[in-house]
Amino acid sequence: MKRFVIALTLTSALALGACKKDPPAVIPPAPRDVSTPTPSPAPAPGPQANQPGSQGHFSAAMAGADTIFFDTDGYDIDSEDMAALRRQAEYLTQYTSARATVEGHADERGTRDYNLALGERRANAARNYLVSLGVAESRLRTISHGEERPAANGSNEAAWARNRRAVTVMIN
Amino acid sequence: MMRNLLFLALFTALATPAAAQNSDLDPSAIRRQAPAETVFQGQADEVLTGTVTDDSAWQDLGIAIPAFATDREQPTAANAGGTAALGNELARVVFNDLRNNGLFRPVGPDSLPRPTYAQITAPAWSTWQGRSAEMLVQGYVRAAADGRLTVGCYLYDVALQNELVREGWVVAASEWRRAAHKCADLVYSRLSGESPFFDSRIAYIAETGPKENRIKRLAIMDSDGANHRFITNGQSTALTPRYSPDYSKIAYLSYTDGNPRIYVYDIATGRQTLVTESSNPTFAPRWSPDGRSILYSMAIGGNTDIYLVPATGGNSRRLTDSPGIDVGGSFSPDGRQIVFESDRSGTQQVYVMNTDGTGQRRISFHSGRAGTPEWSPRGDQIAFTYIAGDFNIAVMSPEGRNLRVLTRGWQDEAPTWAPNGRIIQFFRTERNSGETSIWQVDLTGENERRLATPVGASDPAWGPVLP
Repeated sequence: MKRFVIALTLTSALALGACKKDPPAVIPPAPRDVSTPTPSPAPAPGPQANQPGSQGHFSAAMAGADTIFFDTDGYDIDSEDMAALRRQAEYLTQYTSARATVEGHADERGTRDYNLALGERRANAARNYLVSLGVAESRLRTISHGEERPAANGSNEAAWARNRRAVTVMIN
Repeated sequence: MMRNLLFLALFTALATPAAAQNSDLDPSAIRRQAPAETVFQGQADEVLTGTVTDDSAWQDLGIAIPAFATDREQPTAANAGGTAALGNELARVVFNDLRNNGLFRPVGPDSLPRPTYAQITAPAWSTWQGRSAEMLVQGYVRAAADGRLTVGCYLYDVALQNELVREGWVVAASEWRRAAHKCADLVYSRLSGESPFFDSRIAYIAETGPKENRIKRLAIMDSDGANHRFITNGQSTALTPRYSPDYSKIAYLSYTDGNPRIYVYDIATGRQTLVTESSNPTFAPRWSPDGRSILYSMAIGGNTDIYLVPATGGNSRRLTDSPGIDVGGSFSPDGRQIVFESDRSGTQQVYVMNTDGTGQRRISFHSGRAGTPEWSPRGDQIAFTYIAGDFNIAVMSPEGRNLRVLTRGWQDEAPTWAPNGRIIQFFRTERNSGETSIWQVDLTGENERRLATPVGASDPAWGPVLP
């Protein structure tokens, strides 16, 4: 639930604000030793799923920051995206054996092959930014799902904005 | 001798590299396709022609299509009722082909008297003249001892009491519909002057399930929707299929190993191979007109470009290298040029290049965006998805002139040409539900109609006329 709200807030922020690119961020400081993640309201499926480096553990820790969003036909990493990616990078830096796939997605309002290519651009843009924050390339894969896996079902601007996304998923 | 040839064929199959067996191929989809043997042909002297722009001249042309006769009532593997009943079904297929096409005014066997076998070659003119049918299609079907069928098709001008054209074919019992499509093609070509297209097949993606969890399966069917078969079982998403020009293979995109990869599926053997060993994502496969090469798109480091590879495998040649998305592509029928889409200018537009990648130039300069270009088999038009707010099917010349928008949907996309370059098939997505269906529209923009499929349908790819 909380993830949903965060996602919606991010979307609204995108819609309301001009998406200007900030100058490149300073590399974040080394993570602190404290490792307790933000408690998640989502039900924990079991002890295995909440192992550090697992998808359950990661998405709970990210609370929505596992997903970044894009403009129509766009693949720019804007300031909101950078903030989310920084949190992802922190997590990956902390749990050094974790590996992830960055999935790139597009909304339905495009042709199929072009959307597959666009998903590729988005996944790679997010991945490149994570690498620039110090995550080893070999730990990050990419995959494009084009328009095939929508997160939101409507045929309207709000749904499309939620579907133009790159999602980081832990590889188990 | 035969055994040696068989051995050779097996050996060749085993030696093929990168055989990619996967669990979502449906083994019952394996089937052979044999050409229809033409046994006789004939043409009368008089020629009736029509042109693309002259529809009205024969839109009112009444064509009577009574049941085909048989020389002897016999059981046949083609149906449950025997050759007489089959004669009825043959005429119905011809009737539906011509009626659904929107041209002519055919009347089918269910409303007409049945001619006798002798009357097929010597029509009872008075029967037909009283019915205001300008044209008459009559045929026969005979079953041979080996189970094969001979189907004869005759077209007559009722007013002049003249035979215009005749042709016959020998087909396997299971291929009886092809003989009917050949007959419809014969009539259609003779009366309109257009090339045939009914005896052809379509590969497409069958869709089921809700939008957020869509199951997509590779499927094939005849041009009228009959003989439908699923090829994959939906465990992994299949997309954007293309028949090889000889109908022996289908190139398509599958996520079966977790990543987008292009496979070449052999219809006779049911086996498939990867089009390239590269681990980079590959999509949008297209065949060259001679079936010897496959065009495909590959993304390296997030940037997509177009490549050409021999259909039998080997080294790929890179054709584009712009920093934009260069994707898709369709060969001109003479095999010399490729039309493709690129957003190197900032938005999705249509470009043409030579098949070696040289001479890349943009041809779409209309307001709005343009994608999924497909070169007409006649070489004179490019069909594409025209995006100006909504998505619609449009055509333009290979120089980008004479733009005509043919549909008025919310999201109509991915045109594919009928083999005669006269009809365009595409898929239409319904707003909100995301339900998809395959539609057709004539090059004039007329006769937009839906093609019936068992479930949702997208990514249609129309193959050539079968030999």
